[in-house]
Amino acid sequence: MSHLDALPPWAAILVAAFVLLGALLAFVGSLGLLRLKNFYQRVHAPTLGTTLGTFFMLAASITCFSVLHGRPIFYEILIGVFLTLTTPITLMLLVRAALYRDREEGSADVPQAPPHE
Amino acid sequence: MSHSLLAAAVLVAQILLLLAMSFSIIRMVRGPRAQDRVLALDALYVNAMLLLLTIGIRTGSLLYVEAGLIIALLGFAGTVAMSKFLMRGQVIE
Repeated sequence: MSHLDALPPWAAILVAAFVLLGALLAFVGSLGLLRLKNFYQRVHAPTLGTTLGTFFMLAASITCFSVLHGRPIFYEILIGVFLTLTTPITLMLLVRAALYRDREEGSADVPQAPPHE
Repeated sequence: MSHSLLAAAVLVAQILLLLAMSFSIIRMVRGPRAQDRVLALDALYVNAMLLLLTIGIRTGSLLYVEAGLIIALLGFAGTVAMSKFLMRGQVIE
């Protein structure tokens, strides 16, 4: 713990709060993935970690490295932009695939396809 | 005092993220269907990326951020390929 001693106390407390919040959100998201009842409910849970959890973790990383290096370091934002763009695409594709499979099986739990398809 | 607080916070965050990863792995093993496993893999790689970021804060190296970026890229490609496979039975048609 040598480099972390260079952080001033306000930055250390800020980084600690951000890291804890981000990890807690990701944890709650994965807990929901484990405990919710069916697939269409479970899809929603991990997005807690991919949006707000990632945001807090990136804020912690940006604060820590900017204060440590004495200049603004922002390229962690790339991860945030990339995840924000790709998560909806992924989940839309996945839910489409799941809906298609459920309809093919004639499952009673999903609404039937509209007539023009 | 604030530095031991930071070290403890990073440790707790790493334990929480490891628990989150193990929950995803339990869901991946348990199933019940293929789309649940793909969703669990998606959650698993996001948690792994967050864990890499906390390791980066702990060691003070910026390299871990780049590793996290690569994990995000490859995880996206993998999940999209697998959902395509679930929908059509083949990835490239």
